[in-house]
Amino acid sequence: METAIGVRNVTKTYAEGGVRVAALDGVDLDVYRGEVLLLMGPSGSGKTTLLSIMGCILRSSSGSVQIAGSEITHLKERDLPRVRLRHVGFVFQAFNLFPTLTAQENVEVALELKGVRGAQAHKEARELLARVHLVDKCSAYPADLSGGQKQRVALARALAGSPEILLADEPTAALDSHTGRAVLELLCELAHEQNRAVVIVTHDSRVADLGDRLVHLEDGRISSVERLGNRLATTPQGGPNSQSTFARL
Amino acid sequence: MPPLARRNLFHDKIRLAVTLTGITFAVLLVVVELGLFLGFSTTTSSLIDRSRADFWIASRNVPYIEQGSPFSERKLYQVRAIPGVASAEKYIVRFAGWKHHDGGQETVQVVGFNVSESSQQVSGGRVEKSGQLMGGPWNITSGSVADLNAPNAVMVDDLYWKKLGITRVGEVFEINGYRARVVGTTHGIRSFTTSPYVFTTFKNAQNFGLLREDQTVFILVRAATGTDLKELQRDIESHVSDVDVLTTSRFSNMTRSYWMFTTGAGMAVLLAALLGLIVGIVVVTQTIYATTMDHLREYGTLKAIGAPNSYIYRVILQQAAMSAVMGYALGIGVSLFLVRSSAQGGIAILLPWSMAALIFALTLLMCGIAAAVSINKVTTLDPAMVFRN
Repeated sequence: METAIGVRNVTKTYAEGGVRVAALDGVDLDVYRGEVLLLMGPSGSGKTTLLSIMGCILRSSSGSVQIAGSEITHLKERDLPRVRLRHVGFVFQAFNLFPTLTAQENVEVALELKGVRGAQAHKEARELLARVHLVDKCSAYPADLSGGQKQRVALARALAGSPEILLADEPTAALDSHTGRAVLELLCELAHEQNRAVVIVTHDSRVADLGDRLVHLEDGRISSVERLGNRLATTPQGGPNSQSTFARL
Repeated sequence: MPPLARRNLFHDKIRLAVTLTGITFAVLLVVVELGLFLGFSTTTSSLIDRSRADFWIASRNVPYIEQGSPFSERKLYQVRAIPGVASAEKYIVRFAGWKHHDGGQETVQVVGFNVSESSQQVSGGRVEKSGQLMGGPWNITSGSVADLNAPNAVMVDDLYWKKLGITRVGEVFEINGYRARVVGTTHGIRSFTTSPYVFTTFKNAQNFGLLREDQTVFILVRAATGTDLKELQRDIESHVSDVDVLTTSRFSNMTRSYWMFTTGAGMAVLLAALLGLIVGIVVVTQTIYATTMDHLREYGTLKAIGAPNSYIYRVILQQAAMSAVMGYALGIGVSLFLVRSSAQGGIAILLPWSMAALIFALTLLMCGIAAAVSINKVTTLDPAMVFRN
């Protein structure tokens, strides 16, 4: 399998009141394309820090990070946004949609940042919203959407420009259990159907069965790696599974 | 491009209203103060600027027009004898007491000029109307310069009729004990000293100004076409003793400078304009900064998904520019109303296009400075904030 993210002996330390605290301590991890990796662990275990480093939002204190085969630890701060734009899509716990823009415009912002403009951006935004079965909500503002619908818009935005990596931080935390599970199923489908690497940070052990691998973090170290092997069955068209997923959302 | 800047700006209507009110008042304050400065400045030297003379001859060290001191009118003939002088006329600007019908007094400035000069201003076989005379009135709305040839005739601007108790043409008043009959009206000839100009013949002005028959206060000189003005100035200076020979522009600047800066009147107005600008910057900075803070999480999201800082700067600058344009339009609209209203009063607020353009640039600068504060905040924004709730 092709490695999308390679993390080697990564540490991240913060200075807190003059004391150095290790948020990550010698983490080694590969994330493959077509794989859904669940990152779990108690609060303060370093999940979000690791996600931020894999998403080029945070720089590691030491170690090596490769994104799509390229070493990024030596890149300058100003070059990181370009890596994020090209390779990574983000899904946030609180959706982080732009409240003053419609669903379609939210997706268009991401497309525009990736150099897609005008009529092409309109077309692609509609296609992405159709992919998450929200084409009828193109003109709706986030305030008029349900939690599940907002997260689907956020997913469509994350898919803009077709990045090979999707990073999701607690994507189900603001959703009820049914809607949350449906969103995770959707993420899994997007990973498996389109050969993306999907990393999901979650506290919710009830959805653990949806991933391909489960990585437990504790005190900044990987405490266990569990292969789940529960890939969703899909049809070539996105299939009945995804239809039922969207219906529940 | 999704209209993020516009939507963010219009999203909170109350904040937008506060922003626009701040900019509008800043624009209004700057227009009024700069307009007053320009109006005052123009008013102080209007007699000089509209004199149609090339040179003003005055007693030594006269700092401004109202401070002219009398000298012998014999110098007039010395001036007229100098080659290159097309015409030279005696001229008086002198404070005098105007007596109301009810016995009340007002101070006026008597302006005496050679009315008979009008008969020399021939163009195409006819005598030209006022405004063509050296030192004469302009914007005449009733009567004519020729009417000033009548005994005791005076012409007063309609802006000051009420102040001087004038109700109609033909009324008779007293100036320093001499009869003065109103024979005509001008419009918009303001006096910075608030003492209205009373135009009359040179002879009447000598009486009203309590001058001797052989005295004048200024001599106005017009050069013959093609004459080297610098050379002529030197010739006059060398032929006529104990006087200053000032170009019209020089004397105009001296008068403006005296009233605007020596008295501090102009500085006060300019300072008020500067304060208006500062108040505007503070208000707009506060509101644009508050708007930025409201949308900080969105800017963090933009940074997280890979937007370069320049993209976010553009959003903030667009908001500032839109605020500037709308606030300017509102401010200039209200200002135009005030400018038009002031045309009917004793104090003129002037708003030439060049000043309107300058104020637009200032408004953009003001909003740009306001945006810079927000940009500074966004620059230091950590995109990892999107993972913190």
